[in-house]
Amino acid sequence: MTPKRAEHIALGLMVSGAFLALAILLFIIAVIMIKGLPHVTLRFLLDNPMDMGRAGGIFSTIVSTIYLLVVSLIIAIPLGVGTAIYLTEYTVEGKVTKIIRFGTECLAGVPSIILGLFGFILFVVKMGFSWCVLSGGISLAIMILPVIIRTSEEAIKAVPQSYRDVNEVLGGSKWQGVIRLVLPNAAPGILTGIILSVGRGIGETAVVIFTLGTSLRTPFSIFDSGRSMAVHFYILAQEGISMKNAYATAAVLVFSILIINIFSYYMMHRFVKGRT
Amino acid sequence: MPEPLIKARNVSLEADGKPILKDISLDIFRNEIFGIMGPAGGGKTSFLRLVNHTFRGSNVKIEGRLHVLGEDVLSDEVNPTPLRRKVSMVFATPVVLPMSIFENLVYGLRIQGIRDKSRLREAAERGLKAAILWDEVRDRLDKPAQKLSGGQQQRLCIARAMALSPDVLLLDEPTSGLDPISTFRIEEALKELKKRHTIVLVSNNTKQIARVSDRCAFFLMGELIETGKTSQMFTVPREKKTDDYIAGRFG
Amino acid sequence: MPATAADIRKKEKIIQRVFLIIAFSSLFSLFLIALFIFIEGFPMIMKVGLKDFLLSTRWSPTRGHYGIFAMIVSSFWVTIGALLFGGPLGLMCSIFLVEFASARWRAIIKPALELLAGIPSVVYGFLGVVYLVPLVRDYLGGPGLSLLTSCIILGIMILPTVISISVDALVAVPNSYREAAFSLGGTRWQTTYMVTVHAAKSGIITALVLGMGRAVGETMAVIMISGNALKIPTSILDPIRTMTSNIALEMGYASGMHRQALFATGIVLFFFVMALNTIATLFARRKAIK
Ligand SMILES: Nc1ncnc2c1ncn2[C@@H]1O[C@H](COP(=O)(O)OP(=O)(O)OP(=O)(O)O)[C@@H](O)[C@H]1O
Ligand SMILES: [Mg+2]
Repeated sequence: MTPKRAEHIALGLMVSGAFLALAILLFIIAVIMIKGLPHVTLRFLLDNPMDMGRAGGIFSTIVSTIYLLVVSLIIAIPLGVGTAIYLTEYTVEGKVTKIIRFGTECLAGVPSIILGLFGFILFVVKMGFSWCVLSGGISLAIMILPVIIRTSEEAIKAVPQSYRDVNEVLGGSKWQGVIRLVLPNAAPGILTGIILSVGRGIGETAVVIFTLGTSLRTPFSIFDSGRSMAVHFYILAQEGISMKNAYATAAVLVFSILIINIFSYYMMHRFVKGRT
Repeated sequence: MPEPLIKARNVSLEADGKPILKDISLDIFRNEIFGIMGPAGGGKTSFLRLVNHTFRGSNVKIEGRLHVLGEDVLSDEVNPTPLRRKVSMVFATPVVLPMSIFENLVYGLRIQGIRDKSRLREAAERGLKAAILWDEVRDRLDKPAQKLSGGQQQRLCIARAMALSPDVLLLDEPTSGLDPISTFRIEEALKELKKRHTIVLVSNNTKQIARVSDRCAFFLMGELIETGKTSQMFTVPREKKTDDYIAGRFG
Repeated sequence: MPATAADIRKKEKIIQRVFLIIAFSSLFSLFLIALFIFIEGFPMIMKVGLKDFLLSTRWSPTRGHYGIFAMIVSSFWVTIGALLFGGPLGLMCSIFLVEFASARWRAIIKPALELLAGIPSVVYGFLGVVYLVPLVRDYLGGPGLSLLTSCIILGIMILPTVISISVDALVAVPNSYREAAFSLGGTRWQTTYMVTVHAAKSGIITALVLGMGRAVGETMAVIMISGNALKIPTSILDPIRTMTSNIALEMGYASGMHRQALFATGIVLFFFVMALNTIATLFARRKAIK
């Protein structure tokens, strides 16, 4: 085989690989949208599920999902951004940062089912919260924590060192530099990470099903149980309750995730452009 | 002989096992422009950073005494915040913060917790006038500072430092990236400033040192080769190395 | 507020302490997770005996049999299978993106592939059941819900992990390497294959190992497409039940010893994943040292 032939075959393989992956993505989105979107009406979005989801809409699951995400973000953002601030501003690379980074990597690798088990045994059983928004929120917060840490760290590192120097020579403390210069300039990047983790959280099932529960009632207090959209979709599909509603729920899920990803992509680009 | 504002006695600095400054002793007096010249890596920037207590490094070892405004800045007891307000520094490359011109100017006051509008305005105007930038930007103080030209940005940085009314202004190669006209403007501003302030000007442009400084020092590889009146150093230097450097024979 | 030097230093010290404590939150979470999974699961392993737990194929909690060997084998095969599907495909995508694609194609394909990571696992599982399972059943035989379908779907699901990390590794290869190979008369493919991929090897291995970590831990999609039969698969068309799917399927009603057995399964899974992570970190570190 001549090098030229080999080159053509190899290139052909690479291209088809890339396009196969792209085709899979398009297929997933197309199928879900085509089969699901026609059933997504305003009524579907604003009615509560009836008869286990066979009829009615998904309103309570939307509320549960948003509630769950808000609680998990309230927990994960301070911890994640705080960790990133510590790693970039308040310490030098060394043993401690290495340990923290390794822990974060490992946490990112913990399978969601293990997180689900953990959340279940600690929050639901041992602490007696039962299945509820709080149990689910904390568990989900642990899941998205590594994402927020990593993206925030990158965003903070991208803030020019010279800004910190200016703060210092003008008599600012480190903390003032962080609050007035570092965080505002890292905000778009941090926000991108937050949006990405919202996308993760929306679709998560294994963690949520064992901690938030599966109640179809709309949660009010953080000690109420609920059912997220992803869990609802799983139950509808797996128990064969209603294919029509399963597709419609999936369409809402995938559509929100699409929007979120496009938005975060846009944010990231603006962020990169703003830098140069 | 008046008491010097900055008094260095046998200052040695070492970081990462590498000597940066060796046994530096010099005096800088009130209302003078003190020039520091020398080839790259001579320790000029490091010296300035010692003066306002912003030198950072791993394994830093410091010896000697360095008194700035009567305070020993090498001791652990020094409170850097008020020191930096009295001894302000401007870097070689202009660093304007991504805010309006006005917010850049008053940054140093805001972090002191000053909110009073009229005080902020007053300080901004004082800074801009000191840096001879007032006439150029007076009607667009709320515009983003990053829109200014390079020379204006550098003068904005000087103005930002001057808004704090410091006693001493440390300038680290303030004109290294600028065109002759901007350079001229800044030099004019400096001559005006020294009436009420003390300026330490680092530059590897010997002509600039000759033009604006009253007294100067020559740093070479961490050593202070010679210090004295500028007029004397540029005409009858005591050291051969100084002569070579000024004549452009190295560096 | 005339603060003294000591005051200011004290305040900064406190702020730093607070951030240090926050920074340990992820490590602390990891510790808590390990701790509680162990507390719940370990006594059970002691009672049943490690050998009977790991190496027996009899899982019948109502009769007191807690052997997870069949699930370990299933998890193992499904992970290897996912790697066989997702690994090469992911590498092809990454090499195409870094070495061959024009900037315009890259700008389209890269975010699209990242989007693949955002699709919920339940959606993968569902579409697998609706579209892939009938195909396998009709053309290859068996129940369709099988090891093979699980491998294919998981192979797709690990693509984003494999791609993002191996792309980083390829991008990190200095351009001078490529130029040197070009100037010696290599074709683009020869350069890519012999120089770039070689130089990025440890990063690529990291990518594959982390992809395996994703696969072994995946739960919801596997429940939906694997058939969940409790036996050691003898063919790729057999249905399987992995450790993860067993936990998720039985957690809803398990109690007492049974529930503990599920946590014990979690311990085994935890070890698998941590081992993979450690291997990945070691390879990543080797790259950093070089
Ligand atoms: N924090 C530090 N840690 C270790 N070495 C340093 C540090 N700061 C400066 N140095 C070293 O000390 C020497 C003097 O540096 P310095 O920046 O003070 O020189 P300079 O005279 O300002 O040079 P230039 O004209 O290039 O600005 C250089 O060799 C530099 O690498
Ligand atoms: Mg310098």
